[in-house]
Amino acid sequence: MSARLLEIRGLRTHFTTRAGNLPAVDGIDLAVDRGRILGLVGESGSGKTVTGFSILGLVDPPGRIVGGSVRFDGQELVGMDREGLRRLRGRRIAMVFQDPMMTLNPVLSVGEQMALALRAHQDASRAETRTRSRDLLGLVGIPSPEERLDAYPHQLSGGMRQRVAIAIALLHRPDLIIADEPTTALDVSIQGQILHEMRRLARETGVALVWITHDLAVVSNLADDIAVMYAGRIVETGPAREVLARPRHPYTRGLLDSVPGEAQPGAMLAQIPGSTPSLLRLPPGCSFRERCARASAACGEMPGLRALGDGAVRCHHALEPTP
Amino acid sequence: MSARLLELSGVSKRFERRPNLGERVAEALGAAPAGQVVHAVDDVSLSIAPRETLALVGESGCGKSTLGRIAAGIHAPTTGTASLAGAPLMSGGARPRKATTRVQMVFQDPFASLNPRMRVADIVAEGPLAHGLVSRAGAAAYVAGWLGRVGLDPSFASRYPHQFSGGQRQRVAIARALAMQPDLLVCDEPVASLDVSIQAQVLNLFIELRRDLGLTCLFISHDLGVVRHVSDRVAIMYLGRVVETGPTAEIFSAPRHPYTKALLESVPRLRREGAADGDFRPISGEIPSPLAPPPGCHFHPRCPVAEPRCREARPELRGAAGRQAACHLAGLD
Repeated sequence: MSARLLEIRGLRTHFTTRAGNLPAVDGIDLAVDRGRILGLVGESGSGKTVTGFSILGLVDPPGRIVGGSVRFDGQELVGMDREGLRRLRGRRIAMVFQDPMMTLNPVLSVGEQMALALRAHQDASRAETRTRSRDLLGLVGIPSPEERLDAYPHQLSGGMRQRVAIAIALLHRPDLIIADEPTTALDVSIQGQILHEMRRLARETGVALVWITHDLAVVSNLADDIAVMYAGRIVETGPAREVLARPRHPYTRGLLDSVPGEAQPGAMLAQIPGSTPSLLRLPPGCSFRERCARASAACGEMPGLRALGDGAVRCHHALEPTP
Repeated sequence: MSARLLELSGVSKRFERRPNLGERVAEALGAAPAGQVVHAVDDVSLSIAPRETLALVGESGCGKSTLGRIAAGIHAPTTGTASLAGAPLMSGGARPRKATTRVQMVFQDPFASLNPRMRVADIVAEGPLAHGLVSRAGAAAYVAGWLGRVGLDPSFASRYPHQFSGGQRQRVAIARALAMQPDLLVCDEPVASLDVSIQAQVLNLFIELRRDLGLTCLFISHDLGVVRHVSDRVAIMYLGRVVETGPTAEIFSAPRHPYTKALLESVPRLRREGAADGDFRPISGEIPSPLAPPPGCHFHPRCPVAEPRCREARPELRGAAGRQAACHLAGLD
């Protein structure tokens, strides 16, 4: 059993719109080892969510994967038939979404939906199903799990619903969970609890996580590795410690510097000028160059992702690590 | 003449859900009344000095937005009084209305707070025209001035909101509020829906405008990083009550209320040295429903140091003026 669980090479997912071709994900490489937590970070429109959906073949028309490869435990997922994907989804790769109200069925009790999710992949007796479901609800920190099995989603708070969604994701002891902004809609104290639980679960069960978020603070408390996306491409990747402490890409640096909390109170925050470019009208060359203080004529040409230290960076003028 | 610009004293706001027809029939037939009352804000007294920024912090359901709306004259308090520079914020009578234009509000979602069918010029000019702050002939130049002020190209005045990004829309919303030349600006989560890089731009604009125009602000946020950065004083709310107030630096360095402490500890902070196990302690338990808040101190079921009396008696805010905590056990050094 190799340590490499997920390997994405040159993945491209484009959307055909009336306004033109929209390259939401345009050639990304990613790797996740067993039991590791990857933080996939980016702002709106960077392609982080589409990347997550592409892994599981969940991209609907007008979007489609136009190139690249997604290998999961040695199997190619791009181009895999529906039945093949169905057997993987929920069993070996699970997904947790931002809004648990959209993933939970409002007319089924928690126990019923957990039973459905369990029986989708294996036979289990009624009693077995109930025990397993109850144990998992307990594992994700839901108090009195036995009673919660009979509750309907609307009777639960947002944090509890997200815990149920995580419990469902864990039902089949998956190798990989893709979590798309799972704590964004929650209150800080509840977000803190879920982050704490997820880190514990990842350590205890050995599940690998791809944690998709815009929140650098969340990632810095959770991830082993970080990949930063901008306009459909990965601009920097590496061990979390490295990327956070010594960012090499001007965009990563700008993002880290613009987080309030870090700066002298009341002082002007370091800000990245301008806004994210439209994917329909990306400038040629580096997509970040119009907002970048270090841009030069060389940036008219798209830089490749090149190895630097323990990570990799897509920049002609990568920052020297500050001592 | 008081030194306070905004003065809220003993303000409460209750929302009642009226029983529907079926429930009224059941009630008439002898069933228990079905109406429910939410104490969104429960006996809160706060004041803001001129040119000061007070941050109102708390999680969902703590009443911070309702209190903000009372301060902005959108809601009339059920009991208690709200006054701006000594004059009541609301008119009297059975249907109280906002009695001043000197307080304006910026809302969280710039996609919902701008009328999609109005041009930016009309959005910004509507209030000043209606209240005679500017003549019809002078409106275009007035709007252009405010757009420039918030960092938008004045030529954008003829555009519609959908032609702008989230950050730009929030600038339009700020221009609309400032064009009324308010003394007090109430900002309800003004950067919560923006991306990090855009958030920094809008916060910088806010800091700059506040300095240049001498604005007084009530800044509502759940984001402690943002609050620490922009505010002079902080009031922490939990289930309708203020549990702690004080100067921002003191609240962050030496919180007195167990909820404030827990909140500060549970917020994920940017850790540039990377994640470390066990350095991050979440608050246990759920936020109780505001429909049925726990008796005594609302925080006692989640509090690590609660004692029997916390279940029975409501703790009052205690301490020197400007540095208070509502906890039976808080030290008053």
